[in-house]
Amino acid sequence: MKKVDLAAMAADELHNRQQHRCRVMVCSSTACVASGGVATRQAFEESIKAHRLEGEVQVAPSGCLGLCSLGPLAKVLEPGKPGTFYHHVHAPAAESIVAEHIVAGRPQLEHKLAADTPFFTRQRLLVLDSAGEINPERIEEYVARGGYQALSKALSEMTPEAVCQEIRNSGLRGRGGAGYPAGAKWELLRNAVGEIKYIVANGDEGDPGAYMDRTAMETDPHLLLEGMAIAGYATGARQGFIYVRAEYPLAITRLEQAIRQAKRHGLLGKSVLGSSFAFDIEIRIGAGAFVCGEETALLASIEGKRGTPRVRPPYPTERGLWGAPTMINNVETLANVPHIISKGAAWFSSVGTAGSKGTKVFALTGNLNHTGLIEVPMGITLREIIYEIGGGIPGQRAFKAVQAGGPSGGCIPAEHLDTPVDYESLQALGSMMGSGGMIVMDEASCMVDVAKFFMTFCVDESCGKCIPCRAGTAEMLALLEKICGGKASKADLELLEELCDMVKHTSLCGLGQTAPNPVISTLRYFRQEYQAHLEGYCPAGVCLPKGAEVLAR
Amino acid sequence: MAALVGRSSTHFETGSDVYFERGDMSASQPSATAPPAVDPRFDLLETTMKRLGYSKSALIEILHSAQEVFGYLPNELLTHVAKRLKLPPSQVYGVATFYHQFSFTPLGEHICTVCMGTPCYVKRAEDIINQIQATFKVAPGETSADGKLSVRAARCVGSCGLAPVVIIDSTVIGKESPEAIVGRLQTLLQTPQEVAR
Repeated sequence: MKKVDLAAMAADELHNRQQHRCRVMVCSSTACVASGGVATRQAFEESIKAHRLEGEVQVAPSGCLGLCSLGPLAKVLEPGKPGTFYHHVHAPAAESIVAEHIVAGRPQLEHKLAADTPFFTRQRLLVLDSAGEINPERIEEYVARGGYQALSKALSEMTPEAVCQEIRNSGLRGRGGAGYPAGAKWELLRNAVGEIKYIVANGDEGDPGAYMDRTAMETDPHLLLEGMAIAGYATGARQGFIYVRAEYPLAITRLEQAIRQAKRHGLLGKSVLGSSFAFDIEIRIGAGAFVCGEETALLASIEGKRGTPRVRPPYPTERGLWGAPTMINNVETLANVPHIISKGAAWFSSVGTAGSKGTKVFALTGNLNHTGLIEVPMGITLREIIYEIGGGIPGQRAFKAVQAGGPSGGCIPAEHLDTPVDYESLQALGSMMGSGGMIVMDEASCMVDVAKFFMTFCVDESCGKCIPCRAGTAEMLALLEKICGGKASKADLELLEELCDMVKHTSLCGLGQTAPNPVISTLRYFRQEYQAHLEGYCPAGVCLPKGAEVLAR
Repeated sequence: MAALVGRSSTHFETGSDVYFERGDMSASQPSATAPPAVDPRFDLLETTMKRLGYSKSALIEILHSAQEVFGYLPNELLTHVAKRLKLPPSQVYGVATFYHQFSFTPLGEHICTVCMGTPCYVKRAEDIINQIQATFKVAPGETSADGKLSVRAARCVGSCGLAPVVIIDSTVIGKESPEAIVGRLQTLLQTPQEVAR
C-alpha cells in the first residue's frame, strides 16, 4: 500500500460522509457506558428510524467526550458548523434531541451544553483531538482526519536521524511522570548496539485516579499505533509492545481491532506503506501490579515474570527485553508523536512553557462540580483548572488541597493555586506532574487520612524486593494509623519524618523513592492537622471527633 | 507443606504431588479440576498454550486464560501449567501470587467490586465497603458462606468521573450512596430465591 492509497481511503470516507447531513456521536467510553450510554445509542438509532432519517443521519460511537460527570454525553456534528454537545442524554432526551435538533432544526435547549462552557473553551486538544469526531473502531475515519500521514511523511521524506532530531527539537517530555526528554531517549535507543531492538508503550496506568492513557487508547487507538511505528522507524526497532492493564478491557479490544486493521492495510507488518521498513505491534496484558509502571518491572512482566524492578544502569535502552535494547515510552508521549511529525517541532513547542512543551491530559476528579478528562496547555494554572474548567467546589465547602501525581505525588494547598502546571513547578511544590491524576479535596478531607490512604496503597503494592520500601512503608503506615487513632506522641511524628527521609533515599525503584511524598507534602503544608491529631482531635472529623466536639465534652 | 501433600482430593494426573501450601485453599473445598481426559476446559487451556507456542514468557497470558476458563487458579492447575511450560512450579506460583488479578479461591455467584481509587476514596467509598460488610458479613476479598456474594476492593477502575464507583456483576454503577448499593445487592441476592418459591 502506497501513500496514494491513504489519500484514496480518506477521499472515499469523506465522500461517504457527505451522504449524511449529520452525525450523532454517542460517547462510548467506560464512564458514559456506565451512565447508560448503550441505551442512549439505541434510542438515537430507533428514533432516527422512526423519523425515516436513516439515509441522512448516522449514529456512531465516539471516544471520551470528557465531561464524564454529566454523562451520558452525545455530540451532534453537522458539516460547516461547530458540534453541539448534549449532556445527561438518556433515552427520552435522545428522542427529544432527534425531534428538535435534527428534525425541527433547533437545538434541544434542556440538555444542550453551552458552547462557551469553560470546561471546553479552556482546553487545548492535541492527543484527544479526535475525541467526539471519529468512531475509534474504524481506521477509515482516522485516515480521513489525516491519520498515518505523519508515518508516511517520516518514511518518505525523513531519515531516522531527522525524526529523532524533530522529536528532540519539539521539547516533548515523557508524560508518564518523570518528564525525561523523549528525543534524548529515542537517540539512546537509536545509538544502542544490537540487531534486535524493542519499543514498549507503557499503558500500565496504575495510579489510582488516573485514566488518561485508558482514554487515549480507547478514543484514538490508531494514533498510538502510528506514534509507535514512527518511533520504530526512528530508532531501528522492528517490534513494539503495548502493555495494557487487564482492568481496561475496552482499550484492549479497541487496540486489538486497530492492530488488525493496520496490518490489513499495510500500515504495520513486513513492509510498512510499501517501504522496506518492517514494524509489528503486540499487546501484553498486565495482571494488576502498580510497580509494573516502573520500566524495569514492566519489562520483567512482559517476559512473563514477577514484576520486580532491578537496579539501573544498565538502562533498558542498553539492556531491556530479553537482553536487547528497549525503549519504554508512555502512551500519551507516543500519541503526541504523529502531531509533531506532521505539523513540525516549532508548531508543537509554541504551546507550553519554556521547559514543558505541548499539552497534558489530566483526569480531573474529586470534589468538583465538573469532573472528567481534560487536555490543557502546559503552563495553565491550577486555579484555572479547578475553578474554570472544573467549575469550583460544590456546596458551601472550602477548597483544601489538590493532589497530583498519585501515590508518588503530593498535596498542594490553596496558597499555591496560581502555580503554572509544568514539570518543574509541581516538583518544587513537593508534588509532581505524574501521569496526570488530579484530585481535588475540600475541607471534609483529612490530610493525615489522605497520607494514610496512599501509604496503605504503597504497602500493598510494594513488590518486596528491597527492604526500605517493604519494611519502611509498613512502619510508616503503622505510625500514620497511630496518629489517626489519636494515640501518637511527638516522638512518633519525628520518627515518621526520619523514615520518610530513609525510604526516599534508600529504596531501589521509583515506587519506594516516592512513596513518602504524600506524607512529606502533607507535613509541609498541613502540619497543623498532624498536630491536631496528637492533641486528640481531627479538624475534618474523619479519624477523630472535631476539635469543637472534643471541647464540648 | 508436608501436611498438604497427598491431601489433594483430585485424581488429576499432575495433582498427586502438591507443591504449594495455601491457607485459603481448603482441601475440603470441591476442586475445579477434574481429570483432563474428561474435562473440556483443559482442552481450551491447551489450545491457548499451543497458540502461544508454550512460551515461558507467555506465562501471565496463560494464567489469565486459565482463570477465565476455570474461574480461579487452584494449586493443581498451577502445577499443570508449570509442567506444560517446563517451568519450576515455584516460579508459576510466584508469578500468580504476585499479581492482584489472580484468584486462588472460587468466587461467589455474584461479585461486587468496590473501587478504592483515590477519587472514590475522597467520595467515601469506604462507607460503601463498611455498609456491605455490616449487612452481608463479607469483607473485601471474601466470599459469603453460602457462596452467593464475593466482595472485592479494586485499585482503580478508571471511571473516576463517576466516583464512587461500584461494579456489580460487570455493571458499572457510579455516584450512588452506600444504602442504594446495599439495596441493589439485597434485591440481586433475593431475586432467584423468590423465583424459586
